[in-house]
Amino acid sequence: MMELLQTIEQTGQGLLGPLWLPLWTLIKIVVVVAPIMGSVAYLTLAERKILGFMQVRPGPNRVGYWGLLQPLADGIKLLLKEIIIPSSSNKFLFISAPVLALAPALAAWAVVPFGDGMQVSNLNAGLLYILAMTSLGVYGIIIAGWASNSKYAFLGALRSAAQIVSYELAMGFALVSVLLVAQSMNLGDIVRGQQGNYGLFGWYFIPLFPVFVVYFIAGVAETNRAPFDLAEDEATIVAGFHTEYSGMGFALFFLAEYANMILIAALASVMFLGGWLNPFHGWPVLGGLTDWVPGLLWMLGKMSVMLFLFLWFRATFPRYRYDQLMRLGWKVFIPLTLVWVVVIAAWMQTPFWLW
Amino acid sequence: MTETLVFYLFAAMTVLAALRVITARNPVQAALFLVLAFCSMAGIWLLLEAEFLAMTLILVYVGAVMVLFLFVVMMLDIDLEQLREGFWRWFPFGILLAAVMVGEMFWVLGNRLTAESGLSTVVQHAADYSNTKELGRLIYTDYVYPFELAAVLLLIAIVAAIALTLRRRKGTKTQVVSQQIAVKREDRVRLVSMPAESKIGSAKKQER
Repeated sequence: MMELLQTIEQTGQGLLGPLWLPLWTLIKIVVVVAPIMGSVAYLTLAERKILGFMQVRPGPNRVGYWGLLQPLADGIKLLLKEIIIPSSSNKFLFISAPVLALAPALAAWAVVPFGDGMQVSNLNAGLLYILAMTSLGVYGIIIAGWASNSKYAFLGALRSAAQIVSYELAMGFALVSVLLVAQSMNLGDIVRGQQGNYGLFGWYFIPLFPVFVVYFIAGVAETNRAPFDLAEDEATIVAGFHTEYSGMGFALFFLAEYANMILIAALASVMFLGGWLNPFHGWPVLGGLTDWVPGLLWMLGKMSVMLFLFLWFRATFPRYRYDQLMRLGWKVFIPLTLVWVVVIAAWMQTPFWLW
Repeated sequence: MTETLVFYLFAAMTVLAALRVITARNPVQAALFLVLAFCSMAGIWLLLEAEFLAMTLILVYVGAVMVLFLFVVMMLDIDLEQLREGFWRWFPFGILLAAVMVGEMFWVLGNRLTAESGLSTVVQHAADYSNTKELGRLIYTDYVYPFELAAVLLLIAIVAAIALTLRRRKGTKTQVVSQQIAVKREDRVRLVSMPAESKIGSAKKQER
């Protein structure tokens, strides 16, 4: 596999010279983004199916066998719908807001390693890049709320902005403890730091368990998912920041939300669950039986488990009230992660540090 | 060649965006142009191989500071005409300030010492050179005292900001979450056992 890629690179380099690098990067981007778009489409179906099963009903089952063509039907419906631009809204910002929401959600994928060396860009400051990109996603929401010239959209945007900025802090501190343990901000090196002879016992979720929990919950809040979906609280503010959007504008916001969900799942697997590593590596019998499985499959499996948790949360928990949300972020998560950074820093100086 | 091209692209974008910050009619648009200026500035810093600073600029200024800024600007009911008042009165002062700043920049950048110190040329590093690590090493060894002083200053600012906003208003009702969680069934529900049906005459006797 790697040799094949190398020969492709060499022949391309010889044929196109300096033009090869942009072309090769473009090919890599397409190879990453196209499956993400596909999984976003099918994640919506999975969500509706899983929610259906949890609520003892079949979920979508009319379009195609077992409802498998439902995402396609939804996509076509949204594409063909009229895009309504509200009167006296800022047209340019109104149209660019969904794009601003989606672009950072996809740009962050550039540094996510799907396997050893399988990433678009092997960035030294990968963790910082991820933080920077995810912090840009809030602009789509704020601009959408402001440009719509509607009070519900505006209230939703304000709620969402305050929520995302608050939970970003907890998330940032969670990442600080990861980089403390891994001693690197390169996502590939973080995964390699979890390699060992004890399989899943070498992963960072064991010493960093509180941080792992905080990171994932903050991730749910960052993506505006239930039970933290106050930005689109239909009981109080209609549909929040995307109240005025129809057709593809609305669809782009959903694409961004689901792409962000998959991103959080991928990052949680990379930083805490060993990325592409085999959980049974080095175990007596299981290790030998499972070592042939390619790393990409482990990575996708871990991402799927995390995504299932997202859907499970949505089916289980009632929505938070806004003051409860702020209390959880500022008074529970941020102190907890701060304390754990100190604990980890002290723990790493003792001989009891095993990771 | 490509680098020069990219530099001029980012530089032109920065200057245009900065111009629009002060000329845009709408304050929200002005704030968004400031965001664009930050982003293109981060691009220039990336060209200088200062990836840590570039990412931090995006993360802190674009991702947090400007979001809160926009938050406030959007909520204010701003009278544009009132803002324009007195523009010409302060215009000469503004020009003077700008001239002083340009002069200072020329003085610093055009200085013979700056040219000789090698600061004006970018040092090319290998691909595995980590700007973050170097920066961390410098601020925790050579510049540890200034760094700690800045940290203490920031801490004081945090404490002061919290102290300014921390006041208890009278008559507000809040919940104590620990009490809410610690509540037991006995505190809230009283089970009353009463017979499902009874004769009219005997109902009074059985009432607890």
